[in-house]
Order: sequence, then structure tokens, then C-alpha cells
Amino acid sequence: MASQRAATFEGPGPDAVYYENLKQGKFRIQHCNACGKNFFYPRPLCVHCGSPDWAWIDASGAGTVYSTSVVRQRPEDGPDYNIALIDLAEGPRMMSRVVDIPATEVKIGMKVQAHIGELEKQTLVLFRPAGR
Amino acid sequence: MAHPLRGAVAVVGFGLTPFGELPGRTHLEIMGEAIHNALADAGIDKNQVDGIFGSNFNDPLGAILYPEYFGLKNIKVMDSTNIGGSSFNNAMQDAAAALHLGLCDVALIAYGSNTRTATRRAGPGFGRSFDAPYRPRQPINSYALAASRHMHQYGTTKEQLAHVAVSARQWAQKNPRAFMREPLTVEECLKARMVVDPFGVRDCCLVTDGGAAMVVVRADRAKDFAKKPVYLLGVGAATTHNDISQMPDLTVTAVAQAAPRAYAMAGITVKDVDVIEVYDAFTINTILFLEDFGFCKKGEGGPFVAAGNIAPGGAHPLNTNGGGLSCVHPGMYGMFLMVEAVEQLRGAAGERQIEGAEIALCNGNGGYLSSQITLVFGTEATL
Repeated sequence: MASQRAATFEGPGPDAVYYENLKQGKFRIQHCNACGKNFFYPRPLCVHCGSPDWAWIDASGAGTVYSTSVVRQRPEDGPDYNIALIDLAEGPRMMSRVVDIPATEVKIGMKVQAHIGELEKQTLVLFRPAGR
Repeated sequence: MAHPLRGAVAVVGFGLTPFGELPGRTHLEIMGEAIHNALADAGIDKNQVDGIFGSNFNDPLGAILYPEYFGLKNIKVMDSTNIGGSSFNNAMQDAAAALHLGLCDVALIAYGSNTRTATRRAGPGFGRSFDAPYRPRQPINSYALAASRHMHQYGTTKEQLAHVAVSARQWAQKNPRAFMREPLTVEECLKARMVVDPFGVRDCCLVTDGGAAMVVVRADRAKDFAKKPVYLLGVGAATTHNDISQMPDLTVTAVAQAAPRAYAMAGITVKDVDVIEVYDAFTINTILFLEDFGFCKKGEGGPFVAAGNIAPGGAHPLNTNGGGLSCVHPGMYGMFLMVEAVEQLRGAAGERQIEGAEIALCNGNGGYLSSQITLVFGTEATL
């Protein structure tokens, strides 16, 4: 006999739920009930231990810049912008942009704080320097 | 006991197209020229090919398209696994296993691309991605983030990155096939237009057209062919991630896993290597791979290249054709680094020939530093 179907396999998948949460102003990541670790990006099985027994938790939004870059653009295509990798306080790492300061001023090790913003009509998690 | 795949297969033919601009030609037409030249080099008919290995971002079902398109009538093994630019290096591992087990007898690995003259724009990323919505300029951006981290962690400088590009150009100047052969200085690299900080345009590979193909057979048949066989001594493959945000440590690539496996199969250490051919999509690649190969300690790749080790006349000649930075880079470079290794081990590399080269160490890179395939090739003397 197959074991009981895990609740997290039912209904809309974590990909859709993640973006739906963002639209409702909530930045949530997944916490594994089996191994206790957190993970991002959203997926059906814990990336650490493979368990489907996980729950959404609110991310604190606190993060640290792990690496940073500046995408240079021709003026007619718009201003240069930052692309960074952010280590979340909860553990996972994600790509994002650090905004509200010049792209070249984003430094590795900088403390940043998440907010929910919009980029090309998509609701996304962005960051700005902590304490601003 | 030696690994059963050590020396089990040999490259007995390769073919190339001109590098650079092949306007008005489709990627399959370019691939066809390379295949024609490879079959001629091996002295075989197309219908002797019974294993087809090749992939292209344009061809999701490549391994059934290519037999149809090129009229390969006796195909028994089809493999169009796409793991980025290292697909063809991965194909060498797959072909070796298939040949060794007798699933096929003559493997053809092939690629062709018109990425320079075609007008298609690169997309934001591969497949479903949580990185792509931030609009990183891929693939450059992923490698720029790795360089940024390496510079922060180990003090690697833009000057040191420039030495990788300058060294590649110096080799290209010795290679009549290379696309960019004008002199290049460190100062010019540093002054070049910025693309994605910390990379300027000279930190980035070329975008060219070009094709390459290779014929591989079991070693027991290798001497039936006209050209000097080049044997596969070892191979190792590994992957750490797909999107760059998921790479565990941006300063350590999967070469750190793949290379020791390849060395163990080949029964060599880095001290035995005469010539190195790596996938230098960006200048940081070469530094990361030299460290992960074990030619220098982690973090010391910058000073290692700045000391002239990899340039003509250096102790560790690397990318002797000029690499993806100066010779050829038609979207995926994996074929071309193997071709250069074969030409070096045939002793047929002309002005850029490494005297007495017996062992070549190769590494194919795919995606965003995502897949790494290390290969060791040797001459008959190394068997």
C-alpha cells in the first residue's frame, strides 16, 4: 500500500503559492518539519532531506550581501542596475536587487532588508540597505 | 586495477569549420561541414557511424534530428543531453561507456552554431528560474557574481583577470584559425567597456559562428585509422547547481569533484599534465579551474596567471588555440577545447605546438558554472 499522500502535494504548488503570498504582501519561505532547515526557492520536497513535510514561515527579510554585480546598460535601455546574491538570516540564498543606492555602492557583507516591490510588472522581493 | 574505461576509446578523427562569421548558413549547415571534415579525417563513411552525440539549444530532439538531417542510417545510440557548453565533454563520457559496452562501434560527437550571424537574442535564463525575474544579464551575470566573490574573498584583481585574456590572445596570435589575433594588453583590458561589473568586454568570450565534430572508436580499432589516435585516459563529471543563486560556494566549482575522479581513472596527477584546455567563457573560469584542478591553492589563481604560467612559454600552457576568449565561441565551446587537445597530442598544432605533449587535461563548463566535465587525453605512449 502506498503511504498517505502528503498534504503539501495537494492544491496549488509552492511555486504558485510563493508568488501569491508576495502579492498579499508576505515574503514567505519554506521550513522543513523533518530536518528543521529552511529552503528557498519554492519546491515540493525539502532540498536538504527530501521530505514533503514542510510549512511556510515568514522570512524576517534580514539578509547579507554574498556577492554583487552591476549590469551596465546603454542609456536608451535604462539605468545601470544591481544584481546581488543575498544570504537570508534564515539560511537560504537568493538572487535579488539592492535598490535605493547606486548599484556600484552595493558591497559584499552589507546588511540589507527585504521589501516587496515590483519589477517589470512582476511582484518580487527586493532589498535595500538595512536601517534605511 | 586500472579503470575499464582508461584508454578504452580513442579519437580518430575531427573536423572543423572556419571560425568567426558564416553568414547565411543555419547551425545545421555549419554542423554538416564539421561532420563532413571529421568523417574525412577518420576516413569513414557516414553510415559507419552508429552512435550520435550532440546537442544544441535550437534542437531539443537533436539526436533524432541529426540522423535524419545527415542521413545516418545505422544509429543505435542517441544522446542529445544538454547540460550547457560542456554537453560535448559529457558526451565523450557517454560515448566512451557506450563504445566500451559494445552498444555502438563508431561514435560521432558534433556541434554547429551561427550565434554570431543569427539575430536571435539570448533569453534571460534556462528553464524555470527564480533568478530570471530580476533580469540578470545571463550568462555573464552569473560569472560576474563569482568573480566579485573571488575578488572579495581572495583579493583577486581585475589586472589578474586581464592576464587570462591577454594570455589567451597571445596563444591566438599563434593560431591561424583564431578569430581575434590583434595584440592585446592588460591596460586595454582594464579600459574596455564595462558589461557587468566586475567584467569588462575583454573578460567575456567571443560570440562567433563555428562547428566541430569528432569520431571516437574503441581502442582496439584505433590503429585501423590513418591519423594518430588520441586516447581518453580519464573522465569525471559533476554538477553543483543550475541557477547561480544555488551554487553552494561561488569560489569552488564542481571541478573540485570532477577532476580527482578523472585523475584517478587516468592514473595521473597534475604534475603529469603537458597542456591544459578549459572552457574560458569568462576570465574568472580559468582562475577557478586552475585552483580546483590543483595547480595552485584556492585563492592563488590570480597571482598564478599573472606570473605568466599559462601564457606561451609558461610552465602550464593553457588554451593553446586562444580559447573561447580569442579563438572561437559559438554559443557552446565544449567541442573546441577537445579538438585542440587532440591536435596537440597528434603533434599537429603548428606554431603553437607544445613540444613532446603526451597528456592533455581538459575541462568543459556548462550553464552558470553549473556542470563540469574533466577529461584526460593521452597519446599511445601513455597507455
